[in-house]
Amino acid sequence: MLTIENLQANVSDKNILKGLNLEIKPGEVHAIMGPNGAGKSTLGHVLAGRDGYEVTGGSVTLEGKDLLALACEERAREGVFLAFQYPVEIPGVSNMEFLKASVDAVRTHRELPAWDAVSFMKKAREACKAVNLDQQFLKRGVNEGFSGGEKKRNEIMQMMLLEPKIAILDETDSGLDIDALQVVANGVNALRSPERSFIVVTHYQRLLDYIVPDYVHVLADGKIVKSGDKNLALELEEKGYGWLEGESA
Amino acid sequence: MTSTPLHAAIAAGSTLTSHATTKIADVQNAAAHAWAQTPWPTRKTEAWKYTPLKALEKGEYFIPAAKSTLSADALKQFAINRLEAFTLVFIDGHFCAEQSDDLTQLPTGMTIEHLDDASNLEQFNKAAGEHATLFGELNTATINTALVINVAKNAQITQPVNVLNVASANAPCLANARILWQQAPHSKATLVEHFVSTQDSQVFTNSITELFVGENAQCEHYRLHLEDEANLHIGGVYSHVHKHARLNSFYLAMGANLQRVDVVTQFEGEGAEAVNNGVYLPRNKQLVDFHTCIEHKVPHCNSNEIFRGIIGDSARAVFNGRIHIHKDAQKTLAELSNKNLLTSNKAEVNTKPELEIYADDVRCAHGATIAELDALAMHYLRTRGISQEEAQVMLSFGFINELIEQLNNTAIVEYLRPVIAQRFAKKPEFLESLIHEALV
Repeated sequence: MLTIENLQANVSDKNILKGLNLEIKPGEVHAIMGPNGAGKSTLGHVLAGRDGYEVTGGSVTLEGKDLLALACEERAREGVFLAFQYPVEIPGVSNMEFLKASVDAVRTHRELPAWDAVSFMKKAREACKAVNLDQQFLKRGVNEGFSGGEKKRNEIMQMMLLEPKIAILDETDSGLDIDALQVVANGVNALRSPERSFIVVTHYQRLLDYIVPDYVHVLADGKIVKSGDKNLALELEEKGYGWLEGESA
Repeated sequence: MTSTPLHAAIAAGSTLTSHATTKIADVQNAAAHAWAQTPWPTRKTEAWKYTPLKALEKGEYFIPAAKSTLSADALKQFAINRLEAFTLVFIDGHFCAEQSDDLTQLPTGMTIEHLDDASNLEQFNKAAGEHATLFGELNTATINTALVINVAKNAQITQPVNVLNVASANAPCLANARILWQQAPHSKATLVEHFVSTQDSQVFTNSITELFVGENAQCEHYRLHLEDEANLHIGGVYSHVHKHARLNSFYLAMGANLQRVDVVTQFEGEGAEAVNNGVYLPRNKQLVDFHTCIEHKVPHCNSNEIFRGIIGDSARAVFNGRIHIHKDAQKTLAELSNKNLLTSNKAEVNTKPELEIYADDVRCAHGATIAELDALAMHYLRTRGISQEEAQVMLSFGFINELIEQLNNTAIVEYLRPVIAQRFAKKPEFLESLIHEALV
């Protein structure tokens, strides 16, 4: 589904991704772990198409389509969803109208039947319930005054409504207490399907107890240096990242 | 008595000598004198530096507007649904009793008098006189109809008073509008000043509103400038806020080729509070100019002011926000913020916060910014599939909507949101992303 080949990218002229390869098949969950500064968040931003993240080499294709040639919003419409590590507050823009505009844009592009206001409201309320977010949050400004946990749950709620093909969760577990972590994990698990894939970027093995990955990769210095199954995460938890530097050298 | 040929021409065409009432004859004479003696503002006049008055210089806008009428049907378009206000209608500065609500059916605790037979005019021009611009002097000198609205002591009036000012004359003329709003101690009331225009009107509205908010009284005040661009408006709101009183004002200026509003709020007693928020949205070749001044004359008062503007096309905005903290005004808390978005290369804003502080134990914060839309917010919307163009529209609207949503009167919020959304939507399909009636 998503094929990343020899991806290289710069941020403010600094080379961060240095030849990253990843092949993700439909339905798979890939966890990406790694030390600070390895390029984990950069990978998410490059895939989502953020300005200032310059791709200097390699390719990314989604179902054979050149993802890097598309504008940020076109990638979203094609089915790429990035759950932000730090979701942005947008006072004055209501969460509800934002979600409707977003859902409309994505569904129109994918030639899915439009949701009228009534069915949209129903879906939005269901999604709120699924991530344990009070419906009042729909009326507030986008992420405005939300706590850290509420922002993360709002991200998962959006993901539920947008039904992406590939979802990238960028440290969605950071700043969450154990209850919120479970809520987020349940939201992700509910969306797991043979057609939908996930990239779960995390620092901690803990999240992977709840979202069990098919593969675990270690990203260090802009490359995948080791891949394995879920047991690799346990090993990392135990040993840290230091031992890998010897192996990749 | 006149200082320039323009003044002479204006004096000849106007009604400087016909005083409305002998009670205020001295005030009017003094104003007429001041008007005649004040030099016509030029680019070198600080208060008018960025606000050219060329449109007025031919003098044709100084011919007093004739009295005219509009049908109830024609006025319907200006109704604010669900406001359920007591409505007073002025057309080209003339009070229209027949289109207004019945003055004998006023809310309990409220009286409304004509200037001519007002029982108490002690406060007339007391707030405005001290700070009036030359146009303020002209208003005072030439005024022929004005209403005095009194709220009695302890009266808690929930029904808002809506003063609807319609510009309707289709040849250049001058409409003087004047309101004297007096709230006795411990009273509570809401004033909505709604300025609109009919098609093809070309009126120069010269308005003054004086607000006197008595001890412990609360005044909720909305001033909405929604005239079309062929009209001109120079106006002022001058307030005295007494001990422990609260004034909560909101200003909106959408259109008009020349729109200047002076807002002067003066604290007259300790423990008082004033909020002056506002929004301006000039486009095409429109000019909006807000000159605000908070006079902290006494200790322990709080003032808060947030003005935001979006300036498009070749439009211009001027914001001059002054905070004047007098020597005795210790423990003052004053905040002022002015944020501007320019949406075109030809748009222009001149913003100037002005602090003048003579007390040493005060807290005062001010800031003015001119910026583009938040790049991160833009990115966030785009990662959700929303196009750059639509994201721009949504963020511009949000920047203004943030202030609108804070308004206490929900009928006003419901009235303004679509008006403002229309201004931003660009394409009809974007309108739904700003205000979606079905999403509740």
